[in-house]
Amino acid sequence: MKAELLARLLAVAGIVVPLAGVGVVLAPRLSSGGEAIEIHARVAEEGGWQPSELVVAAGAPIRLRLTSDDVVHGFAVGQSDIQAVEILPGQYTELTVTFDRPGRYAYYCTRWCGAGHWRMRGTIEVVGGELPSTAPQEPLYVALGLDIDAPHLAPEAPGRRPSSVAGAALGVEPPAEMTGRGYYESHTPVQAIESLRAEASLSWMDDQEMWDLVALLWRRNTTAETLETGRELFAQNCAACHGEAGGGDGVMAGSLLTLADGPSATEAPQPADFTSLRSMLGASPALLQGKILRGGMGTGMPYFGPILTEAQIWSLVDYLWTFTMEYEE
Amino acid sequence: MKRLDLLRSPAVASLLRSRWPTLAISLLALAGFVLAIVAGLAGTPVGSRNFGIIAVWIAWWAALILIAVPLLGRGWCSICPLPLPGAWLQRGGVFAPSARRRGLGLRWPRRLRNLWTQNIGFAILAVLSTAILTQPSVSAMVLLGLMAAAVGVSLVFERRAFCSYVCPVGGFIGLYSQVAPLEIRVRDASVCAGHSEKTCYFGSQHGEGCPWQVFPAGLNRNSACGMCFECLRTCPHDNIALRLRPFGSDLPRPAGRRLDEAYKGLLMLASALAYSAVLLGPWGAIKTAAFRVGTPEWAIFAGAFLAAAFIGLPGAFALHVVAGRALGGLRRGLRETVAEFAQALIPLGLAGWAAFSLSFVLSNLSYLWAVLSDPFGAGWNLIGTAAGAWTPYLGGALPALQTGILVCGLAWAASLARRIAARLVGGGTLGGRRRAVALASPVVSFALGVTVLQLWLLIG
Repeated sequence: MKAELLARLLAVAGIVVPLAGVGVVLAPRLSSGGEAIEIHARVAEEGGWQPSELVVAAGAPIRLRLTSDDVVHGFAVGQSDIQAVEILPGQYTELTVTFDRPGRYAYYCTRWCGAGHWRMRGTIEVVGGELPSTAPQEPLYVALGLDIDAPHLAPEAPGRRPSSVAGAALGVEPPAEMTGRGYYESHTPVQAIESLRAEASLSWMDDQEMWDLVALLWRRNTTAETLETGRELFAQNCAACHGEAGGGDGVMAGSLLTLADGPSATEAPQPADFTSLRSMLGASPALLQGKILRGGMGTGMPYFGPILTEAQIWSLVDYLWTFTMEYEE
Repeated sequence: MKRLDLLRSPAVASLLRSRWPTLAISLLALAGFVLAIVAGLAGTPVGSRNFGIIAVWIAWWAALILIAVPLLGRGWCSICPLPLPGAWLQRGGVFAPSARRRGLGLRWPRRLRNLWTQNIGFAILAVLSTAILTQPSVSAMVLLGLMAAAVGVSLVFERRAFCSYVCPVGGFIGLYSQVAPLEIRVRDASVCAGHSEKTCYFGSQHGEGCPWQVFPAGLNRNSACGMCFECLRTCPHDNIALRLRPFGSDLPRPAGRRLDEAYKGLLMLASALAYSAVLLGPWGAIKTAAFRVGTPEWAIFAGAFLAAAFIGLPGAFALHVVAGRALGGLRRGLRETVAEFAQALIPLGLAGWAAFSLSFVLSNLSYLWAVLSDPFGAGWNLIGTAAGAWTPYLGGALPALQTGILVCGLAWAASLARRIAARLVGGGTLGGRRRAVALASPVVSFALGVTVLQLWLLIG
């Protein structure tokens, strides 16, 4: 009888001890308080971030415990200097962040985790603290009233890519009103070449030479450092769909067809081809900025407005022209 | 050859006669089993970081297929936690049987006293296996389901009917236990014949009647004996032996082989090939189809697997047997001949499973150290090994190991086929030996084909 009693006690222990583990695991999840916020990452098709909305107080350090429930993801907060971290499946990455200013911040995945990678977005609502003294400036494409969804094919295109090097070799200075950053951001190359053609002093130039002069104008509005920043941002955020060489043929390009919303999902356009002269020469930097900021409605193009800073977006825009124009030899 | 009876040692006999060692190990296994279920349901869904996947399908499976079955036969069944709750309820006690037994105690239906239920159960698990092996919650539900089935069967039917006739794992353990170098038999059958009480089968105050419904005096192979040692406790004449023997001693014997056992061998062989292709092969489309349970592509995968396992491979094997029968001039029924030669598939299948298991066990075993420290994938580090990096073991030696195992399996199968053929045709004379070679040759070529195919799948 004693043996039976002891055996029963051991049997109960064999069942209860592992079960106690559940309590230890679930207790932090069930408690409303808790020191750390646990965020689970899943590919977008399985729900993306969980939770995907956080409300935190400005100025207070927040400890985040990040884990992936499937594949390797990354975690970054848009428009912030918080260092991006990697999230490994079944492991925890801890991160302490502080938001000084109130507002809505986006957190997103930084690893190409799947076809719906760009849909992995969450928001952090930071409340309390001082509001910024200046109102946010409206984007240039809005100020210019551009319809960024309208077709923007150039009516003509040169026989080869416009070259800033060839433009510089002409030894011609473009009109002063065309040389500032403001002109560059708000005009298309087609508009620029039309202005050049109107200049009597440049009437000796042929069309290709004029396109080269436009390329020189465009090149003078950026720097090597900016282009390098743009290259890095493109590689991280754009190349998977638009292709490393900007031809619209990235590894994820095919899968976007089935990801677009709505009944026309299978007819969603391919990612933009930045090597297409007719397409790009009819677009202004402001239009490209708008597409990056807002995303492409009805296409697979994500919106980067909450992710990238204005300076980053302009770096990216500047870099896109390197697919259309030859900037260096 | 004289076989060493380990129970002649008083220490071993005393150890095995006591219920405590077995109970202690089985309770440890039960705790691990419960932990696997709990981790599967409440832990991380990442299989490689969940105790429920790594402990069961990597560690336990490796221990079972590479060590326990080849060396101890049904030794695992004696400590398996799956039937424990049902057995406790049925016999009314955890430590020993009592008068407060529960359940209807019905006899298992005569029509189901074969391996077909286990074959079908294993086939169902096989077509779901990609999900079971990778998704902790699915794995946990399957383990829970098996335990619930074991309890249910124990409460309706007598003894270990679940283990003998239902458990899909028990079916193949029983099949391959015939190669083990260990057997429980009686020392002197005439003692049993003269023992009218048959306490080994009906029980006594020292223990219950054989839970596996085996009369030890009639035991001539390992597949039906669960190695629980109840017979050792209930035999008043100290007539039970635990013998060391040559590997595979059960295999060449004629024992009125049934087709269900032949199919079990063929199903296991087909599964080893299919798993090698699906889990280790380079074909992403097959892997995806196997994983997406319930989709049309999975239905196609499942249909193809079942067709290959129940029709294709058995059909091919039967054709080889037919060819052998014609070459060897054997006048014996096809069904019986197939059943006889199917014995040769047992070492072949075990070698196939061992070679396949080595691949994923050696490449994934390093996850075990992490899940022992953090069973739920909750960020714990109980024993300081949670952050251990994934490290495949013996990667360079793996192809040689697998080749060696498969070649040994082939050689064993070929030798067995020749011995079976010699027995069937009476191979004592020169003519008989020639006929035996002719009879066995197609079966050997079948085994060779299977081995080459698996070699290609694993290391080709």
